[in-house]
This record gives sequence, structure tokens and C-alpha cells, in this order.
Amino acid sequence: MSNHPSTSGADNIYQPSLARIVRILPQIEDHRLFQLRFEDSGIRQSFTYRPGQFVELSLIGTGEAPISISSSPTRPEVIELCVRKIGRVTEALFRLPLNSLVGLRGPYGNGFPVEEMEKNNLLIIAGGLGMAPLRSLLWYALDNRSKFKEIILMLGTKISEEMLFKYELLSLLDRTDMKCLLTVDKDEEGIWPAQVGVVTKLFDAVKVDPEITYAAVCGPPIMYKFVLRKLLERNLPKDRILMSLERRMKCGVGKCGHCSIGYKYTCIDGPIFTYWDAINLPEMI
Amino acid sequence: MQIVKLPKENLDKFMGGLSKFGEIHAPIKKDENTYLFSKIEDLSKIELNYNRTILPPKKYFLPPNETMFRFSPEKGYEPPQDNLNKKYVLLGVHSCDIHGLKILDLVFSGTYVDNYYFTRRKNTSIIGVSCIPDDMCFCRSMETDFVEDGFDLFLSDIDDSYLVRIATSLGDDMVRANQSLFKEVDKEDIAEYKRKSNERKNYFKIDLELYNLPEIMDLEYESKIWEEIGEKCLSCGTCSMVCPTCYCYDVFDQLNLDGKTGERRRQWDSCLFKDYALVAGGLNFRSERSARVKNRYFHKQRGFVAQYGRPSCVGCGRCIQSCPAKIDIVEVMTKIRSASYE
Ligand SMILES: Cc1cc2nc3c(=O)[nH]c(=O)nc-3n(C[C@H](O)[C@H](O)[C@H](O)COP(=O)(O)OP(=O)(O)OC[C@H]3O[C@@H](n4cnc5c(N)ncnc54)[C@H](O)[C@@H]3O)c2cc1C
Ligand code: SF4
Ligand code: SF4
Ligand code: FES
Repeated sequence: MSNHPSTSGADNIYQPSLARIVRILPQIEDHRLFQLRFEDSGIRQSFTYRPGQFVELSLIGTGEAPISISSSPTRPEVIELCVRKIGRVTEALFRLPLNSLVGLRGPYGNGFPVEEMEKNNLLIIAGGLGMAPLRSLLWYALDNRSKFKEIILMLGTKISEEMLFKYELLSLLDRTDMKCLLTVDKDEEGIWPAQVGVVTKLFDAVKVDPEITYAAVCGPPIMYKFVLRKLLERNLPKDRILMSLERRMKCGVGKCGHCSIGYKYTCIDGPIFTYWDAINLPEMI
Repeated sequence: MQIVKLPKENLDKFMGGLSKFGEIHAPIKKDENTYLFSKIEDLSKIELNYNRTILPPKKYFLPPNETMFRFSPEKGYEPPQDNLNKKYVLLGVHSCDIHGLKILDLVFSGTYVDNYYFTRRKNTSIIGVSCIPDDMCFCRSMETDFVEDGFDLFLSDIDDSYLVRIATSLGDDMVRANQSLFKEVDKEDIAEYKRKSNERKNYFKIDLELYNLPEIMDLEYESKIWEEIGEKCLSCGTCSMVCPTCYCYDVFDQLNLDGKTGERRRQWDSCLFKDYALVAGGLNFRSERSARVKNRYFHKQRGFVAQYGRPSCVGCGRCIQSCPAKIDIVEVMTKIRSASYE
């Protein structure tokens, strides 16, 4: 038949490329940061992505799982994935020794609209594993510092032992070109060098100019509830609040149907949605 | 479009000549009132007067399960060497099913083109055939009762002949290869064709009113009707399997006995299955059966319209015929509509 798209060449959209685990950085319990390097030098050089995009990670013989890219495209050659051990694929990953091979395909998803966010204040609000995709955005913005106005990071965890990227983030406390607000709910021993209290309390310390601010929020459902309320109280437009959403995914490319919400596919229309999209989609949050 | 005429007494000869264009698959009768698309060894088994096959032709393009890759720890994932390029002739496809394939084309193309699907699509020629609706057909409501493209040839029954529409160069080759079997179309043939297609309109027994349906779906999102249907539905997934436009699939790695090498496979899945929307941590976005049933209808009549500009239902009636709980999409949509105007 005539009018079908071209199927020539080796462009199989489901083809994972081999990547080697070159570093493993333990984070908190059951969370590790994996540094991966594509085996093929061509792919290594051409692979680029937007903050907020994800890859499909293949553990040979176990299967695939979507994982956000935690590194920033401003730092090429390796990509970093922060993974929580929770099921089959992630457990298999945690069993692998350094230098093992895994499969990667992507990058997928829309990512953050960084061009649109430039020239604005950036308010990054993270909880738990939500820091994984937001770390990419954070470093992207810091590496392109002059393109953004104010940069504010708000991160909350229950106790300091549960903070992902803790040392990396603590080192940001010294930067004068951004505001890094790290809070723990409880600090019984009184050793935490930054804020104490729930993440929404951090709002007292910042001024949000709704005209020139984008907020990027990612964390557990309960956090969304309170953070969104705060942002709306400060009149941030609903389409300037960006959030990353998780759904079960299989293909990552809009074919298998698994990630559908209402009339969008999380994998290609998301995983970054504006709050406005979110309230207009059934079953969204 | 070129149109010629094939007298019915020449049909067998014509079908016989098709084998040089590929392996012939066509509907055969399984039992009383059940038909299926099958490989044809004996032309006399072909049944061109059928209502619907159990499975639609999608099985040829998105097989119930298939190997996507073979894997080994050293080489990673390699596409199988299986011959996706084998030629097929799919004969006797109804208009609604051709529309079904056109809908799948939308899904499997776009930014990311699924080569497994399209390689098979390219290597399969489609010969359509006209049909008479039964009491479960509502293709007319879905605007799929006629088809203008998506086939190589289309045979329309005009009593002792078929009018043959030639839509592609390959279709033209098929006709040319058997030129002596065909005749020119005359005025009477055209009159007969028009009479038949006008008459066909009257055979439809059910109607799914599309008018502002997406809007109504939004308005009735919280309707109790979904719970009622949810209580009847068995989550068996049959409706998805038999549907020409349901494309959801699952992917998994299957190990060989050596525990190292194996295959990555995909197989048909259904959004009606309980684990379909489960995410890490055991959170299931659609653990209620009613939510899953609603999702299926919502996606077909609302979501797909937003994504691709038309509903992803072609009115073939298969889900009505096959549902063990007797859930009927036309009844459900009619109910939804009437509830909103009460
Ligand atoms: C866009 C996106 C980005 C993501 N980014 C990250 C990231 O950066 N880091 C990260 O760690 N994770 C991330 N995830 C989540 C990750 O993809 C999931 O946790 C994934 O399920 C892990 O795969 P797995 O094979 O290890 O777990 P699975 O084996 O799929 O199991 C995960 C959990 O799902 C449940 N489950 C699955 N199947 C069944 C079943 N049949 N019956 C009962 N329960 C079942 C269980 O509760 C299980 O604990 C992301 C997800 C998305 C969609
Ligand atoms: S065929 Fe009927 S019972 Fe089975 S899942 Fe579909 S609607 Fe439910
Ligand atoms: S939803 Fe039912 S009637 Fe519509 S195309 Fe699918 S099987 Fe046919
Ligand atoms: S993950 Fe397959 S459609 Fe989104």
C-alpha cells in the first residue's frame, strides 16, 4: 500500500542501546544514582534531552521501566538516573555490579518548556524522589544562569537521612546566585544546618512575583495538595505551575495505551503537565 | 478512481490468480454464524458473504503476541530475523474493518513510527468487499459504512457481478494480471450499485448518535451509569481483543532455559484488566471496575476524538456480539445521552 510512513533504515523505535554503568552513588536507603555511558560513541555524542524527559531503562532479561533523567543536558557524555528499588526492573538494576550493561532508549516525554521559562524566576519545589527530574532542571538553569532571573529551590523531607542528593544540595547553600531552601520536618538532634518544618513553611521566606515566575513541582501526592494551595494563594497562573506525573508506562512512545489519562498520554503529552491541564483531565491527580 | 466489473462466475479464477501477489487470507466459516480470517488452502472455503469475523484483521498487523527482540547479556537487544517482509493478500475485508486499520495507522505513525506494524501493513494488500449489516452493525452511525481509500481493490456486490474499485497501482496490477476476467462497467451496473447502496441504509437496526457525544461524555463523567455497567462487567477483556481499533499491548522479557538469553515480547492487553493502570507502590488509578469500563468508552468516544479527530470505534458490533455480560456499547451510549437530557 502506498501512503504509509517510511519503515526503511534501522530506526526501530523500541530498540534499546547498550549503556554501561560507570558509577554507582548510593543515596538514601533503596535509592541509588547510576551514571550511565552509551557504548556507541555516536549515540554518546548525539544523545541529548530536555530537563524533565525520561528514558526507558532495560534490564536485559527482566524488562523495562521509565526513569527520569536526573542529570542535565548541559553536562553531556554520561546520563544519570536516580532509582528507587521497588520492583522487578529496579531490583535487577540494584543487583548489577559496576561496569555492567543495561539498555536505554529515549529520551521521551515533553520535558520542561525551558525556552519559555527563560527570562523568568524559577521556583523549584521538590519532595522525595520528585527531586530526580527536578535536579535536571536545576542544573540546567544553574549552568545557564544568565538566562534566568531568580532561582529558588525548595526541598522537603521528613528527616535529613531521607534527603536525596543531600551533600550536593547542601553545597548550594553557599551560592549567592540562588536561594536554596532545604527543610526537614523534624530535627531532634538539632544538627540540620538549614530549615526545619514542612515544605509549605518555606513560602514565608520567599516572595513570588506571579507575573514573572514559573513553578516546577514534583513530589508525593500529599505534597502537591499543599504546595498547589500556596502557589494559587500567591496568584501564580495555573499554566505557569508545572508538574511531573507518574503513570504506568510500557512503550513510552504513545502506542501501548498504558499511560493514558482522559485524553492525553502521559508518555508523549507529559510527563510534565501544567496545573491547568491537570484539573481539566479526568483522573489526573 | 478506476472502476471495472468482475462477473461472479470469474471470481474463483480471479482469487486463484491472486496467490502470486502473496499468501491469501480470507474469511472462512467456523461454525454457524462464526467466521474467521484464515490462511486459504482451498479457495472454495472462502466466504465472502459473512457478517463479521471473530477477530478483526488487526491480528495480521499487531499480532496477539510477537517477538520484538532477542536478547543476550553481551549483545543486548537484537530485532528478530523473522520475515516481516512476507507478502499477504487479505481478501474480503469489510469497510468498517478497513476504517479500523486506518485508525490503527494513526496510532502507529506520528512522531514515533512502529516499524513492526507498518512493515506488515506495507506487505499486505487489502481487497475489500461490500456487506449487508446485521442487527449489531452500526457502522453507518460511525461513518464507516463506506470507504474511499485504505484498500487496493474493493468489490461491491451488484447481484451477478462485483463492481471493482481500483485504488492503488498494486490493485491495478492485480486486475491487469487477470484482464480477461474483467468487463467494463455500464450504465445499468451503476444504477444497480446506487440502488443497492441506497437500500443498504434501511437495513441498519441500531444507531449510535454521535452528535455532541464528546461533550455529553464530559457532562456525564460522574454518572451512576458507569457503576451499573461496572457491576455487570467481568473484566474479561474480550471486548478489547475483538475490537478492530483497540491497540493496547503489554511488553515483557521472557528468559530461555539458560536463564540468560531470551526474547522481549509484546502481547495484546486490555484496559479492562485490573492491573492495567497499576503503578509503583501498588497505587492503582483504576482499581474500580466501573472506572475501567468508563475509561474504555471515554477513550473511544472522547479521548480519541481529542487526540486524533474521530472516535476510535467503527461500529463493527464485535464487542456487542462477544461480551459475556451482554454489555452493549450502543445501549450504554444511548443511556448516557438520555440521562443527560432528562
Ligand atoms: C515518567 C516517569 C518517570 C519516572 N522516574 C523515575 C525515577 O527517576 N526514579 C525511579 O526510581 N522511578 C521512576 N519512575 C517510576 C518507575 O518507573 C516505577 O517505579 C517502575 O514500576 C519501576 O519498575 P520495576 O520493574 O522495578 O517495578 P515493578 O515490578 O513494575 O513494580 C512496581 C510496583 O508496582 C506494583 N506492581 C507491579 N505489577 C504488579 C502486579 N502484577 N501485581 C501487583 N502489584 C504490582 C507493586 O506495588 C510494585 O512494588 C518513573 C515513572 C515514570 C512514569
Ligand atoms: S467483554 Fe464485556 S464483560 Fe468482558 S471486559 Fe468487555 S465489557 Fe466487561
Ligand atoms: S468498540 Fe465495539 S463496535 Fe466499536 S469498533 Fe470496537 S468492537 Fe467494534
Ligand atoms: S507508555 Fe505506552 S502509550 Fe504511553
